[in-house]
Amino acid sequence: MEKTISAKENFLKGLVRENPVLVLLLGCCPTLGVTSSATNAIGMGLATLFVLVMSNFVISLVKNVIPDKVRIPSFIVIIAAFVTVVQLLMEAYTPALFEQLGLFIPLIVVNCIVLGRAEAFASRYSVGASVVDGVGMGLGFTLALLLLGSAREVLGSLSWFGLKFSESDGMLVFVLAPGAFITLGFIIAIMNGLKKNKV
Amino acid sequence: MPKPSTFPNMVITLVVVTAVSAVALGFVYQWTKEPIAQARLATQLKAIESVMSGYDNNPVEEKFFLPTASGDSLACFPGKKGGTSIGVAIKTKSSKGYSGDIWLMVGLDTTGTIRNIVVIEHKETPGLGSKMTSEKFLHQFLNANPAATDLRVKKDGGTIDAISGATISSRAFSEAVKLASDSYQAYGKDH
Repeated sequence: MEKTISAKENFLKGLVRENPVLVLLLGCCPTLGVTSSATNAIGMGLATLFVLVMSNFVISLVKNVIPDKVRIPSFIVIIAAFVTVVQLLMEAYTPALFEQLGLFIPLIVVNCIVLGRAEAFASRYSVGASVVDGVGMGLGFTLALLLLGSAREVLGSLSWFGLKFSESDGMLVFVLAPGAFITLGFIIAIMNGLKKNKV
Repeated sequence: MPKPSTFPNMVITLVVVTAVSAVALGFVYQWTKEPIAQARLATQLKAIESVMSGYDNNPVEEKFFLPTASGDSLACFPGKKGGTSIGVAIKTKSSKGYSGDIWLMVGLDTTGTIRNIVVIEHKETPGLGSKMTSEKFLHQFLNANPAATDLRVKKDGGTIDAISGATISSRAFSEAVKLASDSYQAYGKDH
């Protein structure tokens, strides 16, 4: 049977309570890999948002005709098709961003957020609820990436969305991989701190 | 409820899913083919424009290949004004970067003097090797006379100051510039 959930609750859970990056800690590979600048973070977030919404939509639509045992391969083919669509569109219309994100675009296929939502949500809920879930989770992912990318770009390059506000060099470590882990750790700590105080 | 996982059911499902995906992708590919080609051309033209100025021909249409000493070849875009050659833009690369290939566009005038260089693509470490796009490093190459300048980093006996902390990237960059310059000196004059 299809489960039900209120639309508002469903949408908001992806943003805060079950934020894929900051709470579920899913999809850490693109999270840590591409967030060296705010522009990259937004690009990656929106690409993933598109794939999430579309794959959730299609998978919840076809969930009743797909036999259980070939569920996962079918989902992966559907997800991979949408990722390839995103890749072609980005190469055609945003070549500079495509160049920057490079390998991380095809890697959306194996992003555990996308398959995770397909398996945990879209294959159990109605089409409408699945789309809302995709939008919520996608936006939550985008916001978390933007937060991380902004913090890293501001500290590491002294700029935001490519606009430099100081001529001197930033703290290089924040642009490199270790800075990604440090920043993500601090953001999660702050989130947890805020949550504790509220409850 | 999902259909039972019988053998025919599974085969049919997988065939249908993959076939539909393949057809959909075919359409998207057809649709984006033209814009992708245009975007690539625009990137190339932009790189040519920034290393060469004052030409009135179409350098991409007149592209030719310049052989190198190692038996490879480099794409070469001639700039002409009123039919006379004013220089070339050479697309050159080095595989000795810290990570991946470094692609450069080098603009030379008819004497082989370096006019400008732009980095088309690189995957060097942000903040270290990526500084090869900085004015300070690039400036060393500009207006260099290839006969009088040794386009290698000082560590290798040349005249180029490497970027601190990024000797490998600097070395690869210099190698790519030298490759373009050398092949132009050796073979480019005839064009």
